[in-house]
Amino acid sequence: MALKGAIVVDTEKCKGCSVCVVNCPTKTIALTKEVNSKGYNYAYMAEPQTCTGCTNCATVCPDTCITVYRVKI
Amino acid sequence: MDLKDIIKPENLVYKRTKVLTDNVMHYCPGCSHGTVHKLIAEVIEEMDIQDKTIGISPVGCAVFAYNYMHIDWQQAAHGRAPALATATKRLYPDKYIFTYQGDGDLASIGTAEIMHACNRGENIVVIFINNAIYGMTGGQMAPTTLLGMVTSTTPYGRQADINGYPLKITELIAQLEGTCYVTRQSVQNAAAARKTKKAIRKAFENSKQMKGTSFVEVVSSCSSGWKLTPTQANEWMEENMFPFYPLGDLKDI
Repeated sequence: MALKGAIVVDTEKCKGCSVCVVNCPTKTIALTKEVNSKGYNYAYMAEPQTCTGCTNCATVCPDTCITVYRVKI
Repeated sequence: MDLKDIIKPENLVYKRTKVLTDNVMHYCPGCSHGTVHKLIAEVIEEMDIQDKTIGISPVGCAVFAYNYMHIDWQQAAHGRAPALATATKRLYPDKYIFTYQGDGDLASIGTAEIMHACNRGENIVVIFINNAIYGMTGGQMAPTTLLGMVTSTTPYGRQADINGYPLKITELIAQLEGTCYVTRQSVQNAAAARKTKKAIRKAFENSKQMKGTSFVEVVSSCSSGWKLTPTQANEWMEENMFPFYPLGDLKDI
């Protein structure tokens, strides 16, 4: 049984602190080159196929802007 | 598997708690305050005590904490949050009262209030954010600043002969009879944040059982005050803060 996950980032709330990037065990998350309306590079799934939905990123996000989904396949 | 097959309501495993408001926090990127606010809000949601919780916000960066949680709040004068919490708890013994204080607030100007509130064993929860610096006012030296640490008022590093020694206030508080639970935690990674959440939950449950004062210190980073990026600040904290402020329970009865 494998786990597949996905995250949805509230891009306007994200401040691009990278704490989720270093806490992602599968190196799924990176910061975008584009910026949001406040000028921050926000987090996104750079490697969506590797996400397991472990919720580490959402747990450490200081601005609580990450929602996590997970399915068993 | 396509993303739209995963992102469905039935597959949801983590979402922002409803106890947090929709306001964007004014804290700097990567600030530990946001993470601790979230953990407190999640504990309040899990224990279903949203309408019974009163928070006391301090003076410091967290002075605006009342903007971020849908609970009742009071804002205390600098360092006086434990005094206000004492009054609130005695007037409303069935409510859950917590203070949320930084190191400049709790360990400096508010030392008398926190010592005596803990010594009296008031049934309150104290959340103590220790980032070893005055973050809000521009990174000045705090009582908790480490020896050799550069701040805007100690540009050559803190020296013991001029500035004295860093204050381990949590160790002092652990000696007081009135406290039932004294612990030191951190939130720089997911494992640490989950442990901190458990500690906060335990503190609120102690308050319910009227066991005495529960004191949760969270060793935090201040990337703006330390002049580092958020991830570098977390690494600096692990290398320099944790040897002096070791994590773990100091007292649990």
